[in-house]
Amino acid sequence: MTDFVLEAHDLLVEKGDKVLLDIAHLGVLRSEVLVVIGPNGAGKSTLLSVLGLLEKPTGGWLAFNGERLDSADLLPYRRRMAVVFQEPLLLDTTVRENVSLGLKLRHFPHDRIEEKVRLWLDKFNISHLAGRSGRTLSGGEAQRTSLARAMVLDPEVLFLDEPFSSLDQPTKESLLSDLKRILLDKRTTVVMVTQDREEARFFGDRVGVLLGGKLRQLDRTDVVFRSPASEDIAGFVGVENLIHGIVRSVEQGLLKIVVGDVVVEAVGSQGPGKKVLLTLRPEDIMLSKPGPSAGTSMRNHFRGIISEISDRGALWRITVDCGFPALAFITRQSGIEMGLSPGTDVVASFKATSVHVIESGG
Amino acid sequence: MDLIWQGMLEAFRLLIKGDREVIGIMLLSLEVSGAATLLSLLLGIPVGAFLALSNFSGRKLILGMVNTGMGMPPVVAGLLVSILLWRSGPLGFFRLLYTPSAMVIAQFSLAFPIVAGFTMAGIGQINPRLRMQIVALGASRWQMLLLLLREARLPLMAAVMAGFGAVISEVGASMMVGGNIKDQTRVLTTATVMETGKGNFSLAIALSIILLALVFAVNLTLTYIQQKRRPA
Amino acid sequence: MKKLMIFELLFLILFGLAQACAPSPGAPSSSPTPAPPVSASLPSTAAPSAASVPTTFLTPAPTESPKEVIKDVILSTTTSTQDSGLLDLLIPVFEKQTGYRVKTIAVGSGQAIAMGQRGEADVLLVHSPAAELQFMTTGAGINRRLVMHNDFIIIGPSSDPAGIKGESSAARALEKIFQAKAVFLSRGDESGTHALEKSLWKNASLDTSSQSWYQQSGQGMGATLNIASEKGAYTISDRATFLSSSRNIGLQILVEGDKSLLNIYHVIQIDPAKFPRVNGAGGKAFADFMVSPEAQDLIGKFGVEKYGQPLFFPDAGKPE
Repeated sequence: MTDFVLEAHDLLVEKGDKVLLDIAHLGVLRSEVLVVIGPNGAGKSTLLSVLGLLEKPTGGWLAFNGERLDSADLLPYRRRMAVVFQEPLLLDTTVRENVSLGLKLRHFPHDRIEEKVRLWLDKFNISHLAGRSGRTLSGGEAQRTSLARAMVLDPEVLFLDEPFSSLDQPTKESLLSDLKRILLDKRTTVVMVTQDREEARFFGDRVGVLLGGKLRQLDRTDVVFRSPASEDIAGFVGVENLIHGIVRSVEQGLLKIVVGDVVVEAVGSQGPGKKVLLTLRPEDIMLSKPGPSAGTSMRNHFRGIISEISDRGALWRITVDCGFPALAFITRQSGIEMGLSPGTDVVASFKATSVHVIESGG
Repeated sequence: MDLIWQGMLEAFRLLIKGDREVIGIMLLSLEVSGAATLLSLLLGIPVGAFLALSNFSGRKLILGMVNTGMGMPPVVAGLLVSILLWRSGPLGFFRLLYTPSAMVIAQFSLAFPIVAGFTMAGIGQINPRLRMQIVALGASRWQMLLLLLREARLPLMAAVMAGFGAVISEVGASMMVGGNIKDQTRVLTTATVMETGKGNFSLAIALSIILLALVFAVNLTLTYIQQKRRPA
Repeated sequence: MKKLMIFELLFLILFGLAQACAPSPGAPSSSPTPAPPVSASLPSTAAPSAASVPTTFLTPAPTESPKEVIKDVILSTTTSTQDSGLLDLLIPVFEKQTGYRVKTIAVGSGQAIAMGQRGEADVLLVHSPAAELQFMTTGAGINRRLVMHNDFIIIGPSSDPAGIKGESSAARALEKIFQAKAVFLSRGDESGTHALEKSLWKNASLDTSSQSWYQQSGQGMGATLNIASEKGAYTISDRATFLSSSRNIGLQILVEGDKSLLNIYHVIQIDPAKFPRVNGAGGKAFADFMVSPEAQDLIGKFGVEKYGQPLFFPDAGKPE
């Protein structure tokens, strides 16, 4: 229990008769970066408000370091956390004043404030902006200020509410890498909400998928992205190959699934007759020229024709029509060596264990 | 036109000579309007902030009243306060009528809605998410309020100037509840009206010029303070 | 938040009380030296008034607690009386002698009497006999006593288009103005002067309503004189105000001396029995003072030095 810095139990948030959040349990582990992803309206910001003690839930309770929080004075707990929002929300004063804000609120002595502020301005590379007015900064500079303002407080939990969504790509990239480095260095516990899957992949130790106010899956990042637990999660998480089929038979844990005219073999727990959804990572598909194969452990081989090739520099995204549309990632090198182009006859192969089977709603 | 020139000379003469009666009238104007403005700040700023930040049934009605109060004709305010302070009125036993205190009360009733209205607008235009951010950084209720007031300092300064300007230049209320009594409740505005009525135009203009100079000096100081605190 | 508001409300009330308890601001005025001819000076006072006695404030009415005496006396009078400057002479003397502090409220006759009607004043000094008698029948006023009189004059442009100069009868002068349709400016503000003017027209059987040459300023005597001077109009004024503003006014005295032009002043106390909040003792003291030999003497001497003639004629004790 005490591995969790923050825990939410039976969380319920209602507005009128609309249920915004309904989560049985959510725990944030010490020093982890937990990213909660979901589409607009899923309840992400509400979740962050509740966890950050800014909003009271309709039902349920929270625990901080194992200590149950009642609705009495939450101020001391709030002072052990910090929040950064999508907009920088700086005060109409200098960058230095803004960054010192939290420390001043906590009545830190003046010289200690100066010291800490200087340190964190430096860490975020904005020391040269110390005397500038918060209103005159660019988006990236302002967001760095907001982050410095939060980190200078040495928070036990740092909340980030879509902090990069209003930045342009290059600004975002430079800030993302700076921030990840700082967070790793300090081993801060972070809860971040975002819509961006790439951010989640880049930052998160664990990822939670929030759809319609419910936490549908919470697991290590690679697990969520490789093995989404259901169709809508898969849709949101952006798995590239989504294939519909029906289980024909099960033999020693190996499923034979009818997909159109072909049969795909995969490992799963569903029974015969079940409608299923298969997910397959493009990296896991191998392409080869038709001809005798040397005998591989791969159980799935499908002959097809390349319908499209998208050149992404070092990587080629090749779509093959082999009874179902399959997207594969091939290195450019291989693609050239093999002389692949639209219309080429190829065989797409993949292991049964690479296929993730989800029960499909229908 | 030479009447105005004569008035300016007269104003100069009275001030340089330190004419006791005129100085007394000036000081009383400043005291009464200053006190009224100060009181309206003490009450008006919290009320304005409260109205901006809170939600309760009937809020729109109160907002409407404040906005109406901003345009209240001074003579009407004076009449209403008189009725309250008359001997036969509900507050008659205080014996406040025809005293500077009555004038402070009447002027307060004019300045208060102005200050509250400006504060309400100034705080109301602050991004509501900023309020959340301030709380999220660990501010207590009071700390948040003070920070918001600081954020709205430009419109708040405007509130002070508007409130003070409104009351030091009004005559209707001061006349009604003060009575323009020599050495007791005579201020620059009521003295000007009286001298005009008597036909002493030069003197009336001189008093007007002194009043304008006073208002200008005060507002210049406040403007300087307001603009100085503007971030670079 | 609510606690703060309650606290501030209390503060406001306390402040208000404190303000009223403090001695009145403003040093007693010494006379400003007369200005060079062009501008008028503030009225001069004969003697500096004594330091005002601080108002005691949450005191019960004198009848209940004889030890605490209310020092404020509200004197309701007319603008022309105040503008003449006579009160600036008399009141400091009264205040020094008795220790009372007089609050002179100068308004139109109508309002002055109305204030008395409501018990909002302690004593009246007015000059509107018809309205006063009406007022006395209501029982709100007691002890109506004759104080002094001054007179009105008919003034106009030196060109005198209606040819009234030297006319001994006010009624005949007005008739001539009526016939000539010469511009006449009335105060039109229900003041004592206005009441007298209206009665003159009435007694001469002349109807001034809907006559375009008959205009009304709605203002005090000084302003009315200025407007009349600008327009070259005839008007009626009290002698005192005319004399003190004659430098600026391009009008001349054309008709004077008629008995109907007399302006008679009475002092009336407001009955404390009828209005418990009235300062009966103070009102009486002031009224007594106005008819006292000392005040009467001062009244008779007022203006002689400056204008070469007295502005008021003391009448206390004489038959009406």
